[in-house]
Amino acid sequence: MSEFEQTVRQICSAFKNDRTRMMDIVQAVQARFGCVSGEALDVIASAVNTTRVEVQSTVSFYSFLTAQPKGRIVIRLCSDPVDEMAGMEPVARAFEAELGIRMGETTPDGAITLEWTPCIGMSDQAPAALINDVVVTYLSTDKAREIVAELRRSGDPRKLVHRLGDGHNAHPLVRSMVHNNVRRKGPVVLADLPPGAALRKALAMSPVEVIRDIKTARLRGRGGAGFPTGMKWEFTRQAEGDRKFVICNADEGEPGTFKDRVILTEYADLLFEGMAIAGYAIGAREGILYLRGEYAYLRPLLEHVLQVRRDAGLLGRDICGKRGVEFDIRIQLGAGAYVCGEETSLISSCEGLRGDPKNRPPFPAQKGYLGCPTSVNNVETFCCVARILDRGPGWFAEIGSKGSPGTKLFSVSGDCAAPGVYEYPFGVPLADLLRDVGAEDVQAVQVGGPSGQMVGPESFHRRLEYDDLATGGSIVVFNTSRDLVHVVARYLEFFVDESCGYCTPCRVGNVLMLRKIAEILAGRGAPSDVAYLTGLAECVKFTSRCGLGQTSPNPVLSLIRNFPTALEGRIRPPAGEFLPTFDVRRALADTERLVGRPSVIYAP
Amino acid sequence: MSETLSFTIDGVAIEARPGQTILQAADDAGIYIPRLCAHKDLVPFGACRVCTVKVNGRPQAACTMPAAKGMVVENNTPELLEHRRRLIEMLFVEGNHYCMFCEKSGNCELQALAYRFGITAPRFPYLFPDRDVDASHPDVLIDRNRCILCARCVRASRDLDRKGVFQFVGRGARKKLWINAETELAGTNAAAEDRAVEVCPVGCLLKKRQGYATPIGRRLYDRRPIGSDIESRRPTPTT
Amino acid sequence: MPDKPRVATCSLAGCFGCHMSILDIDERILQLIELVEFDKSPIDDLKEFTGRCAVGLVEGGCCNEENVRVLQEFRKHCDVLVSVGECAICGGIPAMRNNIPLKECLDEAYLNGPTVHNPRRVYPNDPALPLVLDRVYPCHEVVKIDYHIQGCPPPADAIWQTLVALLNHRPVDLPYEVLKYD
Repeated sequence: MSEFEQTVRQICSAFKNDRTRMMDIVQAVQARFGCVSGEALDVIASAVNTTRVEVQSTVSFYSFLTAQPKGRIVIRLCSDPVDEMAGMEPVARAFEAELGIRMGETTPDGAITLEWTPCIGMSDQAPAALINDVVVTYLSTDKAREIVAELRRSGDPRKLVHRLGDGHNAHPLVRSMVHNNVRRKGPVVLADLPPGAALRKALAMSPVEVIRDIKTARLRGRGGAGFPTGMKWEFTRQAEGDRKFVICNADEGEPGTFKDRVILTEYADLLFEGMAIAGYAIGAREGILYLRGEYAYLRPLLEHVLQVRRDAGLLGRDICGKRGVEFDIRIQLGAGAYVCGEETSLISSCEGLRGDPKNRPPFPAQKGYLGCPTSVNNVETFCCVARILDRGPGWFAEIGSKGSPGTKLFSVSGDCAAPGVYEYPFGVPLADLLRDVGAEDVQAVQVGGPSGQMVGPESFHRRLEYDDLATGGSIVVFNTSRDLVHVVARYLEFFVDESCGYCTPCRVGNVLMLRKIAEILAGRGAPSDVAYLTGLAECVKFTSRCGLGQTSPNPVLSLIRNFPTALEGRIRPPAGEFLPTFDVRRALADTERLVGRPSVIYAP
Repeated sequence: MSETLSFTIDGVAIEARPGQTILQAADDAGIYIPRLCAHKDLVPFGACRVCTVKVNGRPQAACTMPAAKGMVVENNTPELLEHRRRLIEMLFVEGNHYCMFCEKSGNCELQALAYRFGITAPRFPYLFPDRDVDASHPDVLIDRNRCILCARCVRASRDLDRKGVFQFVGRGARKKLWINAETELAGTNAAAEDRAVEVCPVGCLLKKRQGYATPIGRRLYDRRPIGSDIESRRPTPTT
Repeated sequence: MPDKPRVATCSLAGCFGCHMSILDIDERILQLIELVEFDKSPIDDLKEFTGRCAVGLVEGGCCNEENVRVLQEFRKHCDVLVSVGECAICGGIPAMRNNIPLKECLDEAYLNGPTVHNPRRVYPNDPALPLVLDRVYPCHEVVKIDYHIQGCPPPADAIWQTLVALLNHRPVDLPYEVLKYD
């Protein structure tokens, strides 16, 4: 057996040759060898008793995993519109010039790869990039040059961090330049709680009473969909099965969202407390924190917090001394796939598979992770849970608005003076938030990220709550200098890149919408395009299999609905016989160059 | 006699056996719901979305949705037909479907659906993707230009042939059918007799040396639209 | 009969198979002569339009600038424009080059092909030769097309029934057996 094979087999056996731990196995192999090569696929397949193509299928799905070697250092520039607005384009050009390569390439010495990646959760400190696991923020062309020089000198991205961020960003286990940018604290999430305080209160009640409290508080899921948490827990509790799971969805990938980053950095105890309470309530002994790959830099801190809680008897066996109550949490690291924020995709990923969503029914509450009843909740939801148990459901339900009790964290970025995280009671008018963040000359606000809706000033009086402007928390502000059609094109590019490709409408429809928007941007729009786009968007929305495709047409639909002049202003009635999309000069340009003479019929 | 669940499709009362999907119950009752990825011998998959129906007002894939008592299902409505037509057109422009020389022409389910819907040209631009052909295997051809990513072969090879020859790699628009070998189908244990080859609804997986065997006019969908066999099961109403 | 509707036909990047099919209507060809007058068409060898046409039948897609020019003329002179056959509708066999880079196509055709003799290694560039387009375009991606008759070639019945319907201002509604893509 070669040394390579031995090492790969050791990695597999460290995960008990369990193919459902494929994500961990391939990530470990890649960490060791730089990629998951064809040879590695064969060894892993044989060790965990599956087929090579199954392993390959998983590896090929995630953008942070690779079958071909990349540079020892991978620079991933954030391609989000907010980063572009903050000046990412010249930064990207500076990186290219300094490295002597184009985006997507690796330096000839194999040292550094340069590529784009979608929103890395740093929109409040854009332009930002990931360099291996290290986050670099507030980039400029000068910084790009310094970064390349330092990487060439030391080969160590950690050396790029000179000034540490605030709070736990400066923790020895984190040592990051990231700033929390907490701008407004509220009583529910961004507040202290002595570890164990809420958990002890929960354990003094019966599980059914805990669920009753969550229902009394009328807590709804904070990820955006707003499903009543107590009901989800009740379904999971009542579902048949000895083994049940609690999963925390910390895969916040919605462009413009970063509030979970702050919770994970500063309030991990609150989150884990909420998970433990959930475990007790539904009868689960195992929990998983699905951490997006972009937040890998927080993993050592989170593992540390988990260990401290274990040592304090807040996790593990006989929690808080209560006999028979058992709950522990493992961290599952993602690898760059937005769709894994969809709860059934997230479960697929936890099971070591491609991040394809699953067919529903059955719902995760009946058959989730490994076929067991599973409750998947948002990071912020678990924080609310802990607070509700500590302060009481009545206290919680008093905050916020009637249909949306409690507070909500908003990740605010884009054209505003004070981007960052804001905790408001639900029901706050959008106008109040815009005033507080120092947004002036506002043309449009993307509420809930690209999968939400883009609204204009006529909607600024509306309230941020489930029954009006619902949002998972992403608020991106665009001032009047921004080209909204361009923004929509960027968001569509994002969905095209992130579609899992399982179902027809999402896989093909998003490509077709992007193509049409790009043509309109290039001045080749036709009056019929609005109807064309509407029909396409409605088909994708209606027939897609999961939330990604059901919401990916929203940028197009809200542009048409709320900013009709943005598209119409770019569309001219066709002149002559040709369709606006057909440009005969463009169709001939390559041949003219190759043959070395201009067209006789369609001379320039 | 086992208990049945009653529900309606377009107002027609249907009896389903417990555990049946809407699609299966509709098939038994002689109501055709168009589909591509669904196949009677394979586990439901829900990828093509052509079988999308409205269940109590909400869209659902009929092939994965279990029938339930009292459901109100809409199938043959202008809205649904329009969505399905768009999905079929999407599949046509996504790949390179040259029917004029395809061995499967006349027996192809994608083509047959387009016939049934009377599609004369897609309203979307052809994407002309660059896809490859794998002719390495002595008896089986893969022409990925024609693949619609329905996963019938993936499921059949895994569940019926017990071989696991096929799986998808990549995601989104770059997702493609791949095989359990380094580069070529010849490196797998695939065989011409595999159900995986037979269940391909299009001309992506083909037995070699069998093309154009049936004369034009006598092929599966030359004279009767796809779904006619199911619709012929429908009892004629007694007056 | 003075006011017979005029019909024009052309074959762009096609194989003339669709035109063969137009002529394959057996004895109805006598009816056709009664029904219409041919303007620009390979059938009567008229090279340019002589007047306004009721119907233009277009075979083949656009692979070069001459195809584009002819299609443009057809759109200009015809009230109703019909794409006839797979090549006009989806590019057909010529469109198989669409996923090959243009330079590779030209190199293979003019420099490296097994039967090519081109010692000076230049692409033919006589101004009389139309320049090829970057890819083959279906007709409805170049100009507005009003109807499509599918088939490779379309059955004579499909062409006949469509033409008669259009000339009589009746909706085109072909029976199931006639709509075929091959």
